[in-house]
Amino acid sequence: MSSRTPETRATSLFMRYAILVLVALIFVFPLVFMLVSSLKPSLQLLSDTSSIRAFLPVGNISLDNYTASFARAPVALFIFNSIFITSVTVVLNLVICSMAGFSFAFLDWKGKDVMLSVVIATLIVPLETIAIPLLLVVNNLPWVGLHGIEWGWLNSYRVQIVPFLSDALTVFLFVQYFRDLPRDLIEAARIDGASWFQIYAKVIMPISGPVIATAAILRFLAMYNQYLWPLMVTQSEQYRPVMVGLQYFFQLNTDWGQVMAYLSMITVPVLAFYLALQRAFITSIASTGIKG
Amino acid sequence: MAGPSLVILAVFLILPFFLAFGLSFTNQRLISPNPTEYVGLRNFESLLGVGTLTLEPLRGENGDLILGDDGAPTYPRLRGYTRNNPDYPHLNGMREWISWSWGENRIYLLASDVVFMRALVNTFLFVLIVAPLQGALALGLALLVNQKLKGINAFRAIFFMPVVVSMVVVALLWRFIYDGQNGLLNTLLAFLTFGGFKPVDWLGNTSTAFGAMIAMSIWQAVGFHMVIWLSGLQTIPEHLYEAARIEGASRLQTFVHVTWPGLRNTAVLVLIVITMQAFALFTQVDVMTNGGPIDSTQSLVYQAVQRGYGQQDIAGGSAISVLLFLIVLSISLIQRYLTRERT
Amino acid sequence: MGRFAKLTGVLALTTALAGPALAATELSMWYHGAGGDSAERDTFARIIKEFNESQSNWEVKLQAFPQIAYNDAITAAAVAGKLPDIIDVDGPIMPNWAWSKYMQPLPIPEEKFAKFLPGTLGHWDGKLYSVGLWDAAVAMYARKSVLEENGIRIPTLDKPWTLEEFDAALVKLKDSGKFDYPLDLAMNDKGEWYPYAFSPFLQSFGGDIVDRSTYKTAEGALNGEAAVKFGNWWQSLFERKLAPGTSQDTGDHDTGFLEGKYALQWNGNWAALKPLDKFGDDMLFLPAPDFGHGPKIGAASWQLGISAASKHADGAAKFIEFATQDKYLAAFSNAIGLIPATAEAAQMTENYKDGGKLAVFYDLSAKQALVRPVTPGYVFAAKEFRKALSDIADGADVQDTLDAAADAITADIEKNSGYGH
Repeated sequence: MSSRTPETRATSLFMRYAILVLVALIFVFPLVFMLVSSLKPSLQLLSDTSSIRAFLPVGNISLDNYTASFARAPVALFIFNSIFITSVTVVLNLVICSMAGFSFAFLDWKGKDVMLSVVIATLIVPLETIAIPLLLVVNNLPWVGLHGIEWGWLNSYRVQIVPFLSDALTVFLFVQYFRDLPRDLIEAARIDGASWFQIYAKVIMPISGPVIATAAILRFLAMYNQYLWPLMVTQSEQYRPVMVGLQYFFQLNTDWGQVMAYLSMITVPVLAFYLALQRAFITSIASTGIKG
Repeated sequence: MAGPSLVILAVFLILPFFLAFGLSFTNQRLISPNPTEYVGLRNFESLLGVGTLTLEPLRGENGDLILGDDGAPTYPRLRGYTRNNPDYPHLNGMREWISWSWGENRIYLLASDVVFMRALVNTFLFVLIVAPLQGALALGLALLVNQKLKGINAFRAIFFMPVVVSMVVVALLWRFIYDGQNGLLNTLLAFLTFGGFKPVDWLGNTSTAFGAMIAMSIWQAVGFHMVIWLSGLQTIPEHLYEAARIEGASRLQTFVHVTWPGLRNTAVLVLIVITMQAFALFTQVDVMTNGGPIDSTQSLVYQAVQRGYGQQDIAGGSAISVLLFLIVLSISLIQRYLTRERT
Repeated sequence: MGRFAKLTGVLALTTALAGPALAATELSMWYHGAGGDSAERDTFARIIKEFNESQSNWEVKLQAFPQIAYNDAITAAAVAGKLPDIIDVDGPIMPNWAWSKYMQPLPIPEEKFAKFLPGTLGHWDGKLYSVGLWDAAVAMYARKSVLEENGIRIPTLDKPWTLEEFDAALVKLKDSGKFDYPLDLAMNDKGEWYPYAFSPFLQSFGGDIVDRSTYKTAEGALNGEAAVKFGNWWQSLFERKLAPGTSQDTGDHDTGFLEGKYALQWNGNWAALKPLDKFGDDMLFLPAPDFGHGPKIGAASWQLGISAASKHADGAAKFIEFATQDKYLAAFSNAIGLIPATAEAAQMTENYKDGGKLAVFYDLSAKQALVRPVTPGYVFAAKEFRKALSDIADGADVQDTLDAAADAITADIEKNSGYGH
């Protein structure tokens, strides 16, 4: 075993790559199918699934589905809305949740442990199951707008943003990460007379890159993929995000080519974003110390 | 500093949850001109009601068993007992949930809400299958991409890719894979067996639909847990592997004695996260099967939404939400207790 | 805050006064066609534009929703008390919305619609709540050459197929070996299609979704002898592979008949133009079979109504009267192929005038159409019906499944104190 010849090492290397490639194929083939299909007319797309042609850009290839998608629905608006809602939410959510995490990890206050348990318990309430009561709540909230106080939050960006500015998982991730940080950092800063907020902003956050990245990805995905909630609260087209927009493509005669084009358009930005940052993503999740 | 976070959670999560909790004890409809009434535990009773019934086989006038076409004994129809039979008032309106033979007799487990019971069982099945299977596959993948090879980062990225694609999109794409006529999976299997494989309607058969859904769910999420495992793997110090190599340990021995002990904490975390996610099963059901065929892919969250929203029975939907919360809460308390013991 | 509020208040007041003295009041209108047929949207836009220009009191603004999300969006808005002035509503759903008090009766004398097809008028509690610009009808799509080749009689409105005849025809077509399936029922379409397209079968067998004599129970109607007979036949369609089942792919449904994979297709008039273009004179739209209690097809399509919350019911009514003129009924029909609501409008259209290519649908609608049960409980019952038909098609026990559906529907009616019947 210990004295391998160069040949067996080469074969073993080949085998390793062969396995990796095979597994990789399992993970990419549906996405390849989606992208390739978005270039085909509906009829061809459907008949191609019975052969390898499903994965090849062959036959009648064009961008027609994309042009048709733009004619069917304001695709650019939906993508803009989603990206806007998602980024605002993610940024504010990280600030709010990291502050909470900081407080739970470093500050002493009455009822802290109970509060933390309550926060973590909210982790197990799926949004779908409280959507209707939540609708009643947001419908009775005030907002100060241009014309004084308005009641009810429906049909706006804020109704898609504010309820998601805090969530248990993100708070939990920050608490876990902060607890593993060396205590002396804080002590040193305290001795220098820094306020808690200064410690949070100047000492802790700058060294929290990994957990920020992890939380950002998880929040981004959760927000970008929202469907049921925006459907319930957006009445005008102007505020609708991509997943509600998807419904525009399911009509009496669904055009699968256009569906594939739309799916590609709403998926590719996320994929590109991810691929551009993937090294940071994976190393960050890997080093977040999600260690239980 | 926890203020903003706590206020938001309180207003947008805890308050609606308590509203739902309150509604589950009423007969509230989503929209109705009728007044709301307090009904106590009635919603829960109608979800959870069960009963049993043992039936003797049918006999002819001479006492011989009357056999069915398949040679098995036949039994009287259940509806004779469960529909307005004054002798069996406690079974009124119940339906067969499960039944099995006991000697000559047949024992029926009846439920007043069979759809809910199936959703309950399916959700547990989903969790029980997905948690270990996905955890194990993710670990396998993590070991695979923890090798020191050129370009390994590209593979990590690819394995993680389905995670960033929306479940709605994934479920729509997999409908093409599972299509019963010329779906991609049938095409592939036919190709591999040189045409010997008979096409299966993966989502159309009660025996395959749920399995198909599980496979897809694992495909979508396994990359995420691979990365968590990877983080655990990378915390295991290199010198332990070095020592194992010097002692001439085999690969399996290295895994059992070095890798696995170093992963205990990660294992707990992976299991908890997968369990939580698995209980929330909804999107796949909504996009792919609507709970069918014959309730074989029902889930609790799907039923909660279906009733609260689709059937406008917000009280009934809320009751399911409350039950789901209690179930997951108890499970996480148990998991927490078990983890405490270990550390 | 006080000063700021006062200031904005003053500003708002002055801008209001400074505006045109006779500013039109805005009427909001929602409809279900986002992403749908652009000809339909254009026609709506045209009517609204012409209405807005025809007078200066009202200005209608249209907001479109994707169809599969429309009812949910309306429900959410109703829960929140944020409904628009004018809504469009699917005919059988209307009683639910009227009973729930999110619609109000039309403040228009009913005589105005005396000439409208009965399926286009939505009544609840003796009052008119909604009116449709069109109706839809379902027919058996078939090709003359295929039927003749297989020696199958071509049925007529006066002498439709009987159950035995229809079943034998399906078997014959299956045995010909030329088709994937002899009949396409569009089982893939799991929305309102099931109750719309298939409950008439049940009614023709002698059953129904609920007992229409009282509307208090489904017992006997949905699980009685006639219903079980229907259920057994329904299940056998799929067991004998005469029709593709619940997991049918949407794509196969869209193209199967055109490509010759299916010999017959149970489909609506909205899809009629494509096969007509393809098969020309060979294309037939056949009446529903008579399963024993007369041939039946569903009636009532999308209709216009006024929300209960509207403060401008007079304006909304003006718009509805304006939109239901014959010329617009004809315009819609020409744009999307639906059946115009009046005979006068039908004469103004290309397809439905005497001798028109689709005139047969007008006759079908006039002769075979039966509205779905007119009750607020329909929303719930329709979902149970759909589930029962899916489950039976998937092989569930017929009697047990129908019992369960009937029980659920009856229980729902009781829970809602009889739904006002």
